Formats: sequence, C-alpha cells, structure tokens
Amino acid sequence: MGSAVAQIRASSKTLLASGRPRTSASTGQVIRWLILFIGGVLMVMPIAYMISTSLKWPHEIYNLALVPNEPHLENYTYVLEDGRFYGWFVNSLVIATITTISNILFDSLVGYTLCKFRFPGRYIVFIAILSTLMIPTEMLVIPWYLMSQAFGWLDSYWGIMFPGLMTAFGTFLMKQFFETVPDDFIEAARIDGLNELAIWWTVAMPLVRPALAALAIFVFLGNWTAFIWPLIVTNSVDMYTLPVGLSSFGDEADVQWELIMTGAAISTIPTLVVFLIFQRFIIRGVVMAGLKG
Amino acid sequence: MASLVLRNLVKTYDKTTVLHGISLEVEDGEFIVFVGPSGCGKSTTLRLIAGLEETTAGEVEIEGRVVNHLKPKERNIAMVFQNYAIYPHMTVRKNIGFGLRTSNLTKAEKMARLEDVASVLEMTELLDRKPSQLSGGQRQRVAIGRAMVRDPAVFLFDEPLSNLDAQLRTQMRLEIKKLHQRVGNTIIFVTHDQVEAMTLADRIVIMKDGHILQVGKPSDVYHRPANTFVAGFIGAPSMNMLQCTVDGGLARLASGPDIQLDIDVSQGRSVILGVRPDDLHPSGDNPFLKGTVTVREPLGPDTLIYVDTPSGEVIAKADGQHPPDIGETVQLSASRSRLHVFDAETGMSLDSNA
Repeated sequence: MGSAVAQIRASSKTLLASGRPRTSASTGQVIRWLILFIGGVLMVMPIAYMISTSLKWPHEIYNLALVPNEPHLENYTYVLEDGRFYGWFVNSLVIATITTISNILFDSLVGYTLCKFRFPGRYIVFIAILSTLMIPTEMLVIPWYLMSQAFGWLDSYWGIMFPGLMTAFGTFLMKQFFETVPDDFIEAARIDGLNELAIWWTVAMPLVRPALAALAIFVFLGNWTAFIWPLIVTNSVDMYTLPVGLSSFGDEADVQWELIMTGAAISTIPTLVVFLIFQRFIIRGVVMAGLKG
Repeated sequence: MASLVLRNLVKTYDKTTVLHGISLEVEDGEFIVFVGPSGCGKSTTLRLIAGLEETTAGEVEIEGRVVNHLKPKERNIAMVFQNYAIYPHMTVRKNIGFGLRTSNLTKAEKMARLEDVASVLEMTELLDRKPSQLSGGQRQRVAIGRAMVRDPAVFLFDEPLSNLDAQLRTQMRLEIKKLHQRVGNTIIFVTHDQVEAMTLADRIVIMKDGHILQVGKPSDVYHRPANTFVAGFIGAPSMNMLQCTVDGGLARLASGPDIQLDIDVSQGRSVILGVRPDDLHPSGDNPFLKGTVTVREPLGPDTLIYVDTPSGEVIAKADGQHPPDIGETVQLSASRSRLHVFDAETGMSLDSNA
C-alpha cells in the first residue's frame, strides 16, 4: 500500500515537473496559420478600407494609407442629411424583409410538402425546381423585365421583389432539413388532431429553426446587396434600393468614393443586426432532444 | 362489446403484400400485445388501426364503427411512438396538453385533465421542463401522458420501451401495467420482445410474415404453442427441437430410448419433439437424452447447460450451485407432460390440447 502511494507521488511529481509540454510549431502549422492569416486579411481589408475611406476628405481617397491624415465625420453628416439616403434605406429594408419572410414561408412550405407527402410526380417536381438553379440570373433578367412591363410592375416594390419571393435554393435547403425531422413527430401531431397546415407551422417549423435562420440570413443579405435587377427595374430615384442609390453618387466624370463608402458602411449595420439576431438559432441538435435519450 | 375488431386486414405496398388477412377481436379494456420478429407486420397492423396507413382490404372497427375512411384524429385512438415523438420545443405541459388543442373542452377542463394526468404519471414537478431536461424514462412518461390526456377508446403503443436500458425497461413495463390496471382502457402494444409480451399481455398475438400464428393468453402460448415458430419465439432460451420418427406410437430419436406418444401419429411420420430448457434437467429418472456439457451459463439460482447430444445441441437447466462440469456426460430427462410434438413438415402442433 505504502509503496503504491509512493509510486503515485513520484509519477505525479514527474508530471508536475514537466509542466505544460513545450511544443514548437511545425512547418505545416506555420503554413496553415499563414494561409488563415492571409485569408483573414483578405476578408477584413475591404471593410477596413471602406471605413477608412468614409473618414477621408475627397483629396485623400487615392492615398492608400489605411489611417486617414485628417479623419472626420463630414461624409456621414452629408449622407445622413441627404434625404434620398433614407428613402433608399427604407426601400432596401422593406424589400429585404418582405422577401425574407416570403422565402421562409413559401420555401419551407414547398420543401415540407416535397419531403413529407407522397404524391405522384414528387421527384419530377423537385428536380424541376432544382434544375432552375442552373439558369444564370443574367438569362432571366430580360424575361423578368418583360413580365414586369406586362403586369405594370416596373419601378415598384413588387417589380423589385417578385423574382426573389421564392427561391429554388431555399426550397432545396428546407426540403433537406425537413428530412431530418422524424415522421413520428408529424404522425403524432396527425393523431393529436392537427390539420396539415397546423402541423407544418406548430410542429415542423420550430424543429428546423436553424435552417430557417440560415435561410433568413442568406435571403436578407442577398436582397440587401442585390444590384443588377433593382437597377434595371427601377427608374425613379425614389424607388432605388441602397446599392443602386449609392452607385448614383458617382457618374462618369466624378465618382464620390468617400460618399459611396460612407453609405456602404452605414448599410452594413442592418446586415450585422440580422446576422446577430439569427445566428443564435443556428444551433444544431434541437430536433434530437425530443427523441430517444 | 369488442372495442376493436380487425376483419381480414390486407396491406400491400406496390406488389408486396405485408399483411395477409389479419382478423382479431379485442374486448373492451383488454391489453393485447402483438409480438413477432422484424418485418412480421405488427407495426403495420398498428398503423392501419391508427389510420396512418390505408388498408388495401378489410375493415377496422373501433367501438362498433368502421373507421377505414376516418382520419387518425377521428378514430378516438392515441398512440405512443417508439421514439416518444415529444416535441422538443415545447415544455412538458404543452406536450401533454397538445392532444387537447382540438378538443371541445373548456380551458378549465383542459387544465384539470392535464393536472390529473401529470399527477397519475408523477410528473407534476416536471411540467415546466423541456424534453431535453428529462431522462429517457421521463420522456417516455410524457409520451404516455400525451396519449392519456385524450382519454381515447384505444391506446396504441409502438415498441415504446425498446429505446430504454434494461433496468428502465423493466421499471416502465411495471408502470404501464399498473397504469392499465388503473385506467382500464384498451391497449394494443407492439413489441419484438417476448418477455414484454408475456409480462404485459392479457392476450398475445404472435405474428410472422404478415400472418397471425396464434392468439392466446401468455400461459397458453407458452405451454400450448400452436406451431414450432411460436414454440421457438416464446420463452427464453428457445425450446429445444428434436427430430424424431414415429414407429408404432413411439417417437424415435437419433439415439436413446423411444418415447411413448399420447397422440395418434401415423407410422413412419417425421415429427419434432419440443422440450423447453426449463423442463429439461440432468437426472437419472427416465432419461431420454445423453450428451456432453459444452457450455455453462450461470443465472444465479439455476445454470443453463448446453449439451451436445446425438440429436443436436440442447439446452437444459441444472442446479445453480452444483451444475455438471464442462466435458461431463449427463443424462437429461423431462416430464412426459412437458413434451410437445409438432409435425416436421408443417410445423403445426400435434398435441391434442394445443
């Protein structure tokens, strides 16, 4: 007994003496960190330059120094006092919000139907939806424009929003996530007397909250930053979205980069808010909590 | 009145028939256990009763009303699933109360019923917890609570204990039995575990390949199995099956003395002699099998011995304290009344009382 205790003491002393093992980074690790560092810099630099330029005077904007010589907030005052900016901001906010809600509702409804109901032609419908992902947006712009013209949607919210109210990607994403919801949940709710729409809303939707959050972020950001289609479908300055409006700060003769960068810096705030709101929902595993322990 | 009647139920998927005409009458308040190996059709039968699948042919009648064309919610049934299927985003209170969402009860009545069920299941303290904060047994109780709160005509249990560990399973089995004695509703319980079937059922329905092979009280199916499948499936370890030929009213094994049969079997016919390990003991009195002990499995009060005989390997039960040694030659005997005789071709019992 005594010798065993002594042995344990001796071995723990050895362990304590050795302390935290000193490891020198291997070449492979250094290369990995270097690649990650370069990746990080590449991601951060545009944002850093955007903020830096928004704090510069016009004569200083082609000076590549990250820290402005005479930093000031005049650009922010100018942009925020310019009435047009608020209008564009509201346009973008309304469009991105409605499109996000629409995608969450309809993509998930179609995804749920394709996933949880057995009906003839189910796979054909799904493949048809998926195949639309292969068509580039540029090819669709002219048909969309002609449609908008025919329906009188040019230069309106409806015209800007209609192509994105439902997406094939969102439908695909939601269908795949609904696959992870066990049929037992759906059947239990059916036995408990809920109709199919109520089952989708009260049982299935809360179980795919992480996917809904991811979809919300994708759709909101996609619509917030959309440029080509809003540029084409809008004519009046009042109907511009933020990216289109910001681009109007420049013309062929003179591009006011400091104002564009200021507007862009302000416009990142809602995207950050959306991300912070939804990212906490992106926690996997919630579905499993109601199943076997 | 029978609370549930199945009439010639047939279920076909594409071209595969998984149920071949199941018929059964379940009395009000009866605890019926469907048991059988995987793929025998027991869960499909349950789903047809619940209305989660459509019948290909036949009728399901609940409380005197044919329900084939009714939705699950209109059938006055409640179901407990193998995976519990309690909603992870809802508290225990909401989960249990979920079944009452569409009922016509007043809010006060719903509350009272929920409290009542929670108290029966001893879950009052847990009502505000989420499923992730519950143990496996507690989740199972929530699932049972959600079924109970609706006070259905028939409870359907689809292998509800198979995800629990052995100790918890025994405990929950007891709780379900007590619950049935207290509430007295009709229960249809599906399991592949014959111990569960034996301990819980008023009557056991043994299924194989979409057919009902035998329906009876646990003691009936154990002591008077209708065929070799039932004989082998019910009871652990399985019944020993010994090939014999009949010669002048005597069953002749590969070696050893002939055994007098009490039944009339034609000369030269092949039969299977069945004897449960519980009934086969090392003994010097009228032994009919002789062999060498190859394996011993101590169970505490008894020891199972695997004996290599000329008729094949058999399992017998020996004394727990002084079992024969491995390699020892033993003589095995069983009471004549404990022997079962089956037709070797059809597998059907030839016992007069089966």
